[in-house]
Amino acid sequence: MSPLAPTGPDGSETQGFVAAELASEFPGLGLSWTVVERGPGRSPRELRERLRYMSNRIGGRQAIELRNQEVPHAYRVFFRQIGIDPDETRTPIEAVVLSRLQQGGFRSRGLIEDAVLIGVAETGVALTALDADQVEGSLGIRSAIPGEDLGGAGLVEEGVLVIADDLGPVTKLFEEAAGRGQVSKKTRRTAIAAVQVGAISQMSVSEALWIAAEVMAAG
Amino acid sequence: MTTALRTRVHPGSVEHAVDERAARRDLRRQIARLEATLGRLHSSSFPRQGIELRARPTAMAPGRMLDLAELEQVRDSMIGALAAGRAELERRHLLEADFRELITEMERDPAAHKWERVSNLDIGEPGCKHWHSRPRWGILGALMGWWRVKVSSGCPLATAQAGA
Repeated sequence: MSPLAPTGPDGSETQGFVAAELASEFPGLGLSWTVVERGPGRSPRELRERLRYMSNRIGGRQAIELRNQEVPHAYRVFFRQIGIDPDETRTPIEAVVLSRLQQGGFRSRGLIEDAVLIGVAETGVALTALDADQVEGSLGIRSAIPGEDLGGAGLVEEGVLVIADDLGPVTKLFEEAAGRGQVSKKTRRTAIAAVQVGAISQMSVSEALWIAAEVMAAG
Repeated sequence: MTTALRTRVHPGSVEHAVDERAARRDLRRQIARLEATLGRLHSSSFPRQGIELRARPTAMAPGRMLDLAELEQVRDSMIGALAAGRAELERRHLLEADFRELITEMERDPAAHKWERVSNLDIGEPGCKHWHSRPRWGILGALMGWWRVKVSSGCPLATAQAGA
């Protein structure tokens, strides 16, 4: 088994594949990822401080205007275009902001979860964390074919958009991995993947990945 | 008499596939524009509550590439939500105009509007401010017909949420 290769020597992210039929229907759809040589753990004090600082920057007014900003808007549009009601299943950035409002602040859930949260909150780009040693070859976005399962987490319906590697689907798009690829206590290397949609720039995607990787590396 | 020539596109042909793809692309553009409009309406309706802006297409398996009919459903549900939202917002605006007029009349003649109360929510504004026509000095004022409009603006003190 050849797990995900480390990120390039300059620390840049790797571009994943997008199935041809999806690429033609959804221009701008893309997947990028970076690998960090870290596993889960408790977030250091500085990171928890950073979460508290971030909590103070987000309030009700920002939440109201969020959906009109370029990046959150792009995800809402894409959600609708693939049949997801973004007012029922929140986009990643809206879910982050909503949790901040409901809980009164960002709560530390561990190094990897906090790194992903910070990357999402700072840029709005959708991020997901995977166990880099449990995925093989290259990651990308495609439609599930009949009979596929999510690496032991149950069957996935035909046509559902998934993040997949050379072995098959790893997780549904915009969901956390629950089977193969799920981050666990045994994870030693973490792949952080960013889903790019619509008019979201590659620069925003790179920034999100860089922020999350930097937070993890410093932890 | 001229006869218009009609080119029939057969389902399954390349032309049909291209037509459908162009139609899907156009529907997705429409969905994007409608989402932007719904977003602006959502922002402008704040802080009013109870204005339903959710587009609810007929149940479909989510998270996949939708076909033409499904994209049309999504678009139509968004159009419906937009129309309903705009109508409700317009209705609220009319009500709020009436309440603003009531505030003016209360301030002009508090005694004619005894115990009446108008809040910021009634006029579509955020915050806890309200106007209340009350007698000066309690029972004495009520008996003597001394009425005034008391403007209160204090919000309830914030308390920690349970479990936060």
